Amino acid sequence: MRRMAYSFPEEVLEHVFSFIQSDNDRNSISLVCKSWYEVERWCRRKIFVGNCYSVCPSMVIKRFPEVRSIELKGKPHFADFNLVPEGWGGYVYPWITAMASSYPWLQEIRLKRMVITDDCLELIAKSFKNFNVLVLSSCEGFSTDGLVAIAANCRNLRELDLRESEVEDFNGHWLSHFPDTYTSLVSLNISCLGSEVSFSALERLVGRCPNLRTLRLNRAVPLDRIANLLSRVPQLVELGTGAYSSEMRPEVFSNLAGAVTHCKQLSSLSGFWDVNPACLPAVYPTCTRLTSLNLSYATIQSPELTKLVSQCHNLQCLWVLDYIEDSGLEAIAASCKDLRELRVFPSDPFGVEVEPNVSLTEQGLVSVSEGCSKLQSVLYFCRQMSNAALITIARNRPNMTRFRLCIIEPRTPDYLTLQPLDMGFGAIVEHCKDLQRLSLSGLLTDRVFEYIGTYANKLEMLSVAFAGDSDLGLHHILSGCENLRKLEIRDCPFGDKALLANAAKLETMRSLWMSSCSVSYGACKLLGQKMPRLNVEVIDERGPPDSRPESCHVEKLYIYRTVAGARLDMPDFVWTMDEDSAVGLS
Amino acid sequence: MENSTTNYKIELNFQATELRLGLPGSDEPEKRSCIKSNKRASPEVEESVTKSNCTSSDGTSDEQDSAPPAKAQIVGWPPIRSYRKNSLQTKESEQTDGTAMFMKVSMDGAPYLRKIDLKVYKSYPELLKALKIMFKCTIGEYSEREGYNGSEYAPTYEDKDGDWMLVGDVPWDMFICSCKRLRIMKGSEAKGLGCL
Repeated sequence: MRRMAYSFPEEVLEHVFSFIQSDNDRNSISLVCKSWYEVERWCRRKIFVGNCYSVCPSMVIKRFPEVRSIELKGKPHFADFNLVPEGWGGYVYPWITAMASSYPWLQEIRLKRMVITDDCLELIAKSFKNFNVLVLSSCEGFSTDGLVAIAANCRNLRELDLRESEVEDFNGHWLSHFPDTYTSLVSLNISCLGSEVSFSALERLVGRCPNLRTLRLNRAVPLDRIANLLSRVPQLVELGTGAYSSEMRPEVFSNLAGAVTHCKQLSSLSGFWDVNPACLPAVYPTCTRLTSLNLSYATIQSPELTKLVSQCHNLQCLWVLDYIEDSGLEAIAASCKDLRELRVFPSDPFGVEVEPNVSLTEQGLVSVSEGCSKLQSVLYFCRQMSNAALITIARNRPNMTRFRLCIIEPRTPDYLTLQPLDMGFGAIVEHCKDLQRLSLSGLLTDRVFEYIGTYANKLEMLSVAFAGDSDLGLHHILSGCENLRKLEIRDCPFGDKALLANAAKLETMRSLWMSSCSVSYGACKLLGQKMPRLNVEVIDERGPPDSRPESCHVEKLYIYRTVAGARLDMPDFVWTMDEDSAVGLS
Repeated sequence: MENSTTNYKIELNFQATELRLGLPGSDEPEKRSCIKSNKRASPEVEESVTKSNCTSSDGTSDEQDSAPPAKAQIVGWPPIRSYRKNSLQTKESEQTDGTAMFMKVSMDGAPYLRKIDLKVYKSYPELLKALKIMFKCTIGEYSEREGYNGSEYAPTYEDKDGDWMLVGDVPWDMFICSCKRLRIMKGSEAKGLGCL
């Protein structure tokens, strides 16, 4: 038997392993035996670190010396909604400096919710000769000056994607720094930038890059320039327009319609800020080819929206505002039979009007669940919901994998029966056996958590807000849900008991976020003391928790497993509870 | 869905597996009451809960606070990214006549922020009076030498440079132009700002 391990030369093993890309499978391979561990670690090319503080750069580099592609995530998800105070962390600098010296052949960097400075961008531009891909998703801390460094130095850059990042935008000149010899661009997403980029530079850039397939422009690009741009990129697959409005002079309209028709591969459209409905028909020629359509900035009314979307018979992914209304969703249910993902965003999230401004109810979602048999991913903002509707949706779509429902007013009950929505969400987790992601809203008692804990065996991420009655709710989740990785909770009456009773569970998860709940400082200290492989971060802007009684509830709590120990870059409103925390004394 | 697991059974297991906090033999009742009450609920949120339990909710609460008409906004709710909110707001502010000047106001310890229209007020006393009503707090008399010394809270604002300044130091018109947001600080913290 021992001979088996040596029967394949390393080169053969390496070759076999090269067909295995999934991180989980790679991890499994490395556990087989020591020699496989060694071979595997030398040939791992891609690393994903879901929490940048769970491991330190030197550990990663030591184990995997030949990495070409890295993906890192920083701040917790609730940072998207301003729940994580400014300055919490997520700095990528230590990673970039470590990799600059150890990974000279690094090609790809993908970051999400991290802070990246212009210095980092310059370091990236200078250190990695073969750099191909830079994706900055919801990042911040950099400016267009940093982009100059990337544009000027990265000769082999294929992808530059700034999706939803906050960029200090001085001007659009950075784009002109791509040298005339640079022709490798495949994907460019600058939709988050405010200022105008130099238009002639943009036209020349796209004109000389024959492999360009994705171009997401920013709001400042006027509609009448799009036609000209498109005529230089007939091979374009994904287009994000700028502001979609202008006085529709006849030649602008016909040029645009012509250019759009000419792009025979165009299958994804986005942008559509400030839409002038009269301009919409220009994109009708693409409708039958479209698989992805993002109209979530298009503030146009239901009839025009419906007319556009119901022509898209091959649509798989639709993002739209609630202007679509129930009637529009019914039309979609009838025409878009291939729909897999639907996101409906609120046009009036703060409910300035007393009456809802649009006629979008639970009925729209029910219609789509009936008509679209492939629907698996839903994000839906609405103002009313019923258990009956949720049960119907669950029964219609047992193939649902992502279900995020946001009933805008917290703690809203079933509008028909005035009961909590426990039964409805219970039906979702019971029927949708492959459910990976769930967000709850509406009036919910501990009961719904009992259902989730019992049935949601594949659930990996759960978001909870303004729900539950007691610690029992949290206990149900933590003692069930075997595949739970991320749990985020706000404004729920969950406290010490459930957390401490399920401390071991937390090591099997990536992270737990709790804000405005009822967890005491004392419990946090205890948890930090008992669980050395967790970082228990107390985030409190009222000042040191030591200055308040131990029973006092912490504002925010972020717990994550780590092999790196407490981090050293915490701001003055974050405290990590560690083994030295004194318990019972203050 | 009918699960025969009782609440009590699970609670018993709690005690068996619980990591105790404090000295052995110390009570739980104290902690239990701690857990039951919803510490973060403000009067308005509590009211809207009872209201929505008895009436059908159409997404707004019927009763209004005695303070200004702007509806209370909960931080980070509904869960929409800022760039999306801004995208919608830009459109709306283009449609209104643009003379309003809404500012976010936070108060230390309050669960959510409020917004006020600074243009509605013509002087510091008017503004402070409105803030006192809105947040039900006491803010003392302003003096150049001692700031708001002697009161529980002190009003501060973030100016265009990102610095936190005490409200009242500069002329009203200058304040209006440079104020980006307001924060009502607890007196003990504001002492550092009050100059002495």
